[in-house]
Amino acid sequence: MSVENHTAETPAGERELPLVLLLPPLFPHFHVALTHKFRFLKPWESPLPREEFLAAHACAVRALLCSGPTPVDAELLACLPRLELVVASSAGVNHIDVAACRRRGIAITNAGNAFTDDVADYAVALLIDVLHKISASDRYVRRGLWPIKGDHPLGRKLGGKRVGVIGLGSIGSAVARRLEAFGCTILYHSRRKKPSVSHQFFSNVTDLAAESDVLVTTCTLTAETHHIIDREVMLALGKDGIIINVGRGALVDEKELVRCLMEGEIGGAGLDVFENEPVVPQELLHMDNVVLTHHQAVFTPESFHGLLEVVMGNLEAFFSNRPLPTPVSE
Amino acid sequence: MESLGVLLTLPMNPYLEAELHRRCHLFRLWESPPAHRKDFLQANAPSIRAVVGNATVGADAETIDALPRLEIVASYSVGLDKVDLARCRERGIRVTYTPDVLTDDAADLAIGLSIATLRRLCEADRYVRAGSWKAKGDYKLTSRFSGKTVGILGLGRIGLAVAKRAEAFGCPICYHSRTKNPNVNYKYFHSVLELAGNCDVLIVACPLTKETHHIINHEVINTLGPKGVLVNIGRGPHVDEPELISALVEGRLGAAALDVYEHEPDIPEELFRLENVVLTPHVGSATWETRKAMADLVLGNLEAHVLNKPLLTPFL
Repeated sequence: MSVENHTAETPAGERELPLVLLLPPLFPHFHVALTHKFRFLKPWESPLPREEFLAAHACAVRALLCSGPTPVDAELLACLPRLELVVASSAGVNHIDVAACRRRGIAITNAGNAFTDDVADYAVALLIDVLHKISASDRYVRRGLWPIKGDHPLGRKLGGKRVGVIGLGSIGSAVARRLEAFGCTILYHSRRKKPSVSHQFFSNVTDLAAESDVLVTTCTLTAETHHIIDREVMLALGKDGIIINVGRGALVDEKELVRCLMEGEIGGAGLDVFENEPVVPQELLHMDNVVLTHHQAVFTPESFHGLLEVVMGNLEAFFSNRPLPTPVSE
Repeated sequence: MESLGVLLTLPMNPYLEAELHRRCHLFRLWESPPAHRKDFLQANAPSIRAVVGNATVGADAETIDALPRLEIVASYSVGLDKVDLARCRERGIRVTYTPDVLTDDAADLAIGLSIATLRRLCEADRYVRAGSWKAKGDYKLTSRFSGKTVGILGLGRIGLAVAKRAEAFGCPICYHSRTKNPNVNYKYFHSVLELAGNCDVLIVACPLTKETHHIINHEVINTLGPKGVLVNIGRGPHVDEPELISALVEGRLGAAALDVYEHEPDIPEELFRLENVVLTPHVGSATWETRKAMADLVLGNLEAHVLNKPLLTPFL
């Protein structure tokens, strides 16, 4: 089967590299490393509409490499009759129709632990920032207000705070490990209690919130966890409560969050993700008790390097019929 | 302690001030205009037996000399660089401070500032608030904190607390201090220069003395280098500030987080234009919980003094 030159790259040399369907965007840093080992089908480089392109060229495709947010939905999957593997270059797989993949026996791999440290660091930094008002007082200083208005309002101490972690996977555990060194008490909610974990488990998120000073969302986004932090949870968390979201925007009911912050029903928030990125609710932009970042938690050279290794490892293992390093199990 | 005349140097804590007013005979130094300060002190000297100062205005030689009945300086701070300790020693004046109660906050801030600086957190927050986030997938790579080598200057209470936290991020720890600590496994360097040459993030957590004035100088800054990060939670004069600024502007130093400055609250405006700095207004102990604990320690020390009981947290 011949493939048009502008839709697949074959480096100099006659070796037939394994074929991988690519959904954009692909991090530029990855391109060079991966094109040495794989041939990429790039539908967006063709004038044909995607379905036609796939019908013409992708019927033999066994592997797909994607980055969020381009969805891997049932419609796309239907165009790929021989697909056996979806490699996600993210920790989250909420943009993939996991149920449809499971039905067809298509394996899914994600970023594994490549992002764990950076996301955990970011969550801790957001929390310290909100409590100690680092970004807010930095703004205050840069506006020249310190000599004029005196000291910035006091913050709140991190030590001794009860932190409720929602999702105690590798990122949640990494957050917990760090915060324990600051003297925090860790509580958690997870789909199932973890017998090897000594922290107090809550099967109900509202109950967790009632016993916590801080909630950190580090779980996957699924139908069940959509808006897992809702108004009820926020009211249970209380007027001094702080929400840190480094998962996905939709884990939190954003409209309710804004309302609760405006009404003083919760104390503050550190948010790296939002329901409708890049849109950030206007009201938040004027608040001093929130810290807002543009989905930056994973963007370090180290995470990217780790991610490239994971992506490469999964593709190589698949094409050599070896076990996949980072399969997503449901 | 109604008969204890206390001179409070600045409005540092409303609760502390209210308690001092209620329980002692309180004199507020700032109520006299600076030009008449000497007269104010002279007029009230017969009554003043205690001074409560802080990191901004303490008890210098001039003040101590103007107060012949001074018995105790109870500092609302852990740093005593604004108290003339030699004078106090000569006169047999007791000095108390507020160690331990603010250790956690200071260490928490040091780590928070370190991550915020490496990961450009405040810059990201500015970016979002300015409405600059227009496209999903808009990002820039910033430096990971976990696993970076953290160098601590001064391994006292705060330095040790910083080390304990940094270890939870997998950071190798090294330090320089007047003496090596036999109870820790961290790598010791005999000079601040060697420390700067062997770490990624240098955190200043030592007391300010004649010896440590401008301890972070041109050489140290250049050695820390274009990828290095300086975090100052000590005192402004630990760092040669003009030198620091030119190093940041020229890229000889990667980034810095400053909680303290040579001439607080005045900060050189060149710093405001830099993206590779985080600037906080001396908030190292600035939480409700800690400031209350500090105030209670000051009050407790004064009460112990008046009752002839052992002082709670004496330095002298």
